Amino acid sequence: MSILVGKDTRLITQGITGEYGRLHTLACRAYGTNVVAGVTPGRGGSAVDDIPVYDTVSEAREKTGANATMIFVPAAFAADAVEEAAEAGIELIVCITEGIPALDEARMKRIVTAAGARMIGPNCPGIISPGEKCKVGIMPGFIHKPGRIGVVSRSGTLTYEAVWQFSELGLGQSTCIGIGGDPVIGTTHIDSLALFQEDDGTEAILMIGEIGGTAEEEAAQFVRDHVTKPVVGFVAGRTAPAGKRMGHAGAIIAGGKGTAAEKMEAMRAAGIAVAESPADLGSTMAEALAARA
Amino acid sequence: MKLHEFQAKERFRAYGLSTPRGLVADSVEAVRAAYAELGGELAVVKAQIHAGGRGKAGGVKLVRSADEAAGVAEALLGKALVTKQNGPDGTIVRRLLVEEGLPIAKEYYVAITLDRQRETPILMASAEGGTEIEEVAERNPGAILREDVDPVRGLAEFRARRVTYALGVPKPLARAFAATLVKLARAFLDDDASMVEVNPLVTTKDDRVICLDGKMLLDDNALFRHPGLSELRDENEEDPTEVRAKAAGLSYVNLDGNIGCLVNGAGLAMATMDIIKLHGGEPANFLDVGGSASAEQVTTAFKIILGDPAVKGILVNIFGGIMRCDIVAQGVVDATKALGLECPLVVRLHGTNMAEGRAILESSGLKITPAGNMREAATKIVEAVS
Repeated sequence: MSILVGKDTRLITQGITGEYGRLHTLACRAYGTNVVAGVTPGRGGSAVDDIPVYDTVSEAREKTGANATMIFVPAAFAADAVEEAAEAGIELIVCITEGIPALDEARMKRIVTAAGARMIGPNCPGIISPGEKCKVGIMPGFIHKPGRIGVVSRSGTLTYEAVWQFSELGLGQSTCIGIGGDPVIGTTHIDSLALFQEDDGTEAILMIGEIGGTAEEEAAQFVRDHVTKPVVGFVAGRTAPAGKRMGHAGAIIAGGKGTAAEKMEAMRAAGIAVAESPADLGSTMAEALAARA
Repeated sequence: MKLHEFQAKERFRAYGLSTPRGLVADSVEAVRAAYAELGGELAVVKAQIHAGGRGKAGGVKLVRSADEAAGVAEALLGKALVTKQNGPDGTIVRRLLVEEGLPIAKEYYVAITLDRQRETPILMASAEGGTEIEEVAERNPGAILREDVDPVRGLAEFRARRVTYALGVPKPLARAFAATLVKLARAFLDDDASMVEVNPLVTTKDDRVICLDGKMLLDDNALFRHPGLSELRDENEEDPTEVRAKAAGLSYVNLDGNIGCLVNGAGLAMATMDIIKLHGGEPANFLDVGGSASAEQVTTAFKIILGDPAVKGILVNIFGGIMRCDIVAQGVVDATKALGLECPLVVRLHGTNMAEGRAILESSGLKITPAGNMREAATKIVEAVS
């Protein structure tokens, strides 16, 4: 079992004819994802490696029954692409694009919510369910193993690090979601935790946060109130200076708020097993599972 | 991207907001002339630097004559102004804003920013103008009023009125005060700001509503659609290394330690700094080469790291996804040779094409210490520099 993506996913790629769009669409298909079409305005009627390309999302959806999209269009056009997908009735919108203006993100979030759709990202690696051979994103598929750990993270490569440590210890994953490092994102830590809690295929959860904002504190509160499965946590950036943006638009300690120390404390107070070192993500999970057994 | 006060006020005026009459001056003579042109007795001379806390640091002075204005200019121009925000070295003052003095009746605090938790821009206001908002938030959080700003429509007029009445703005000024709030929200949205702060927004004894101060941060991600605003960037105020890194597509932040870090991905880059510290070392920088760096970018990254004289060793930590380890390895080898690198270098490569990458490092004949995982990498580099 898995959450959000799996055997029933029928994926399109918006921006399929760009270099990255093409590369990653083909990598997703090679992993096992059912890629049904691509969309690039003006390129309708062509094909990318026999995947049909349409001019509009609504046409792609009508012709192929697509229910998910992966967006690679440049930041300046990303908000429009997200709105097009939501309006066409696509249920799951995975926006990989980075560098989108924050106010566009706030507008996107409202549109997606009003349409009853779900967005993952933007500025994220995407989502993967190894047991169902479904990858919608840019993560390296080969580090993942099918299993029963759910992973939710604001980071990309740090998530790969965690997944690799898990796989090395034989801890496979049900679904891994990279929710993105921007100030406004579609699917939050809390949304993901709620889905993992309800998923019979998920036995324990890893939550990776970073400095900036209060999402980790809110997620910790949610874990305390609603999650009965073991949760392991990590927060990147305990050595980050205040007032400096650390790569991600959302990773900034502002006005003394959003420090790693506060977030780790909130996690511990909620009964989450916090890994002190990024080298201990796998072993902390193994211990959390053993403690429960 | 930060704007100077005088730039923020220019933006405010473009949206129909009132600011004090003022002139920007970059010499003592120009300050004297500005004072004369303003024509009143009371004027204010304000240092134009990005750091906050200028007032307490002596960067804002009331003057009552041209000589006094010139004296203040003499004391500030070309000198470093150290505030509690800009570190021990301070910032060189290159420009002064000379403004008319106003008969202030009452000071308010107003700001618009993105509320990440609620995923919407919000207006924050308090009747305790002139005080820092963090201080008010600590002492009397109930004194800060909040209203949502719709990311498309802006600040609804009823919300602007509600805040205005709650702040106790005198009735004859209420309409102008509410209109000011609506225009500030419009400036925030249309300029793609990440923060607009007016502290204080004042009412005057002759019944005007004026933005006495102005602070504006613009969203870097939105500058592509505001070419005119991009020109307001003042690179004198930025760390030259960070500017160079940005031009090369790298994300770099200088820190106080002696272990340089080169990592792909922001989260992993922070985690790498963290693990160095956990093992008793001190990171010299945050450096994210991004998801798909070229061999040239890796070389530039090395140059930037080595430009910091404090660096005694370098840790490269790459988890290849899109990025292939063999390309990174080639970049590391090229850079090491080209720069004649002498300090200890520990390289941890994992992920896509890692075997090929490790082989390139081994066969290079260079003194590169490989590490199999993050713990080993951190242990080795900390040992090497101590």
